[in-house]
Amino acid sequence: MIYRENGQFKTSYAADQQIFPIVQDRWAMLLLLVVAFVGVPLLSSEYLFRAIFIPFLILSLAAIGVNLLVGYCGQITLGAGAFMAVGAYAAYNFSIRIDGMPLLGALLLGGLSAAAMGIVFGAPSLRVRGLYLAMATLAAQFFWDWAFLRIKWFTNDAPSGSVSISHLQVMGWPIESPVEKYLFCLTLLAVFALAAKNLTRSSIGRQWMAIRDMDVAAEVIGIRPMFAKLSAFAVSSFYVGVAGALWGFVHLSSWEPAAFSVDRSFQLLFMVIIGGMGSIMGSFFGAAFIVVLPIFLNQMLPWLGELVGLSISTAAVSHAEFMIFGALIVFFLIVEPHGIARLWSTGKEKLRLWPFPH
Amino acid sequence: MKLRKLALAASLATLGLSSLITAPAYAQAKEQFFPVLVYRTGAYGPNGTPWANGYIDYFKLVNAKGGMNGVKIIFEECEFGYATDRGVECYERLKGKHGGATLVQPLSTGVTFALTEKAATDKIPLITAGYGRSESQNGAVFAWNFPLLGTYWVGADVAIQHIAKKEGGFDKLKGKKIALVYHDSPYGKEPIPLLQERAKMHGFDVQLLPVAHPGVEQKATWLQIRQNKPDYVLLWGWGVMNSTSLKEAQATGYPREKMYGIWWAGAEPDVKDVGAGAKGYNALALQHGAEPNSKVVKDILAMVHGKSQGTGPKEEVGQVLYMRGVLSSMLAIEGVKKAQERHGRGKIMSGEQVRWGLENLDLDQKALDGLGFAGVMRPVQTSCLDHMGSSWVRVHTWDGAKWNFSSDWYQADEKVIRPMVMLASGRYAEEKKLKPRTPEECKQ
Repeated sequence: MIYRENGQFKTSYAADQQIFPIVQDRWAMLLLLVVAFVGVPLLSSEYLFRAIFIPFLILSLAAIGVNLLVGYCGQITLGAGAFMAVGAYAAYNFSIRIDGMPLLGALLLGGLSAAAMGIVFGAPSLRVRGLYLAMATLAAQFFWDWAFLRIKWFTNDAPSGSVSISHLQVMGWPIESPVEKYLFCLTLLAVFALAAKNLTRSSIGRQWMAIRDMDVAAEVIGIRPMFAKLSAFAVSSFYVGVAGALWGFVHLSSWEPAAFSVDRSFQLLFMVIIGGMGSIMGSFFGAAFIVVLPIFLNQMLPWLGELVGLSISTAAVSHAEFMIFGALIVFFLIVEPHGIARLWSTGKEKLRLWPFPH
Repeated sequence: MKLRKLALAASLATLGLSSLITAPAYAQAKEQFFPVLVYRTGAYGPNGTPWANGYIDYFKLVNAKGGMNGVKIIFEECEFGYATDRGVECYERLKGKHGGATLVQPLSTGVTFALTEKAATDKIPLITAGYGRSESQNGAVFAWNFPLLGTYWVGADVAIQHIAKKEGGFDKLKGKKIALVYHDSPYGKEPIPLLQERAKMHGFDVQLLPVAHPGVEQKATWLQIRQNKPDYVLLWGWGVMNSTSLKEAQATGYPREKMYGIWWAGAEPDVKDVGAGAKGYNALALQHGAEPNSKVVKDILAMVHGKSQGTGPKEEVGQVLYMRGVLSSMLAIEGVKKAQERHGRGKIMSGEQVRWGLENLDLDQKALDGLGFAGVMRPVQTSCLDHMGSSWVRVHTWDGAKWNFSSDWYQADEKVIRPMVMLASGRYAEEKKLKPRTPEECKQ
């Protein structure tokens, strides 16, 4: 009833091809942006910013990056954590070794370094695919884990191998308080997500999807597999690298290689699988699922326990958190193997017909 | 009909919930809030659990004795599984509760690094009793960090002193090989600069053998030890890594008598599984070891466990890591009490006031005896420039069933450590563009 597109006529190709062809969607998006940029900063506490929103935004960005590669180009990667690390450490080195390096410059250079490494470690994708490619990208993970632990130059000879960064600012605007950090991450994410969405709708995105669906057929119709695959690796690693730099600079501000361990790679891959492969929106759902749900469970369980007069020990809560989280992953994969994004679009389809389904 | 029932139930439930949330606000007495970051699960759970039990039991003991000059202690646990990001989340979650956190003790070097700057901004003291970053001893730069009772540099220094004593003097160390088997994290890497410094001084050889988290995979490391045959092995492990190391040492036939663990590799959970196989293994004891006969343990057994208020199993009371928790807790509370002396007895102290208390902590032997710590530890006195307060260490040895002290008291060599602390903290200040506090600022 409220979600009807009757009477919305497209009179030009541009109108027909826009990201949100339905008026209500455009309004909803606008509303969401207003809430994110104005509502959330007004209403949230410091805890929500630091523990939930900032990690969620940054990991969403990383998940978009992984989704471009895994979801759109069909190349499985288990090295996303490593590319985050490359982004973070490259940005760190650029900002401490070059005097007066602006924050944005360091972040983008970190992303570019990650993109370059993405091309190098993506090269095996030209020969191997599927699980074998996953193993090849895992090599990137182990290599960079090793490099940042062992090569002192990367950590500026810090004795404990932990590096830190402070006094962030963009053109005189300090990025210190949680609200400032949140807005900074949100702005970057909005820009990058829009760019990603448009990339996937452009010629290059279609090339990626053609490669994903059947690479031999794609080659026959004139798509260069080398260009398509390596560009996917480069763009994806760029996104992941920028996210890694943000994770280090803005979220942790002091980090060690363990922050980008193989666990992080798996986490990012799960975000994409659970959120929805080949969907920018799915990346957000996946990140929310992985970041917010464990914390929510962790706080919810003792509360529920109290409600029925049970006091649950912190250890038991932690165990229960893992069990419920695992069960939910399995549940979602069974109910909707295409991810939460597909659930969302099914819901939208239903809403269009509501209240008179035929 | 059904919908209405549902709505009714839902509103009742929210009513119940909201009353639950607001309840603590009414229960207003003089209460000082301590957040408790713990890890009772995960690879490091066996070591984190006794520490947490001791930490909390001592709070309960103080409350049973009437609190800190009448101020009751309230606390809340948050489980983070030794994961740095979850630890930071816990800190953020708890720091504002119940009128604000008094201080925080993360029991993780990774979390300490992550919180060092945040704590200063939030004005919450960060106690890292026996761990954390070694250069934070310099309170002029690290105003909010308190590595009370010793750092990893103290541990490494005493380990070398003890080895030198065994060999018959520092000059006998020349040409010796000492291997460091360490947890590959900021924690394990902390002692390296000191060992290298000492190696330069005395001409021995340091071999660095990292072990990846969580430390169950050590075959390659011990193969290297078998090939290189170092004269001594220093073990900088945590959790399951320690018992694995001991089992590997047993398998490769490396004498356990030549192995020295840091205090985090010298507790019951580390050797229990190996049992007789770990006999002869030594560890540094930071002030205390297992202290089942001390007065404070008897008090806890009588006043906390005796009233079925105990946090963990009764048999573990007085074990090494349990005692570490008790000591950490005691130092925190004494810091608050010291602050009360200046800012008003029986009042609730803010983080800033507690920081002053910790910085002017002065526990002499009489005070320690009065608290029930006679024989457990030696006096502590902190100052603005020295946030560590004391560096007394003993060595204890596992006899197959329990830990026994096997050396006299050692003190870390200030002449070696102080210049390193000043150098590293100066570098940190420069990197962060911090101005170290002057002696005048210290007095405030």
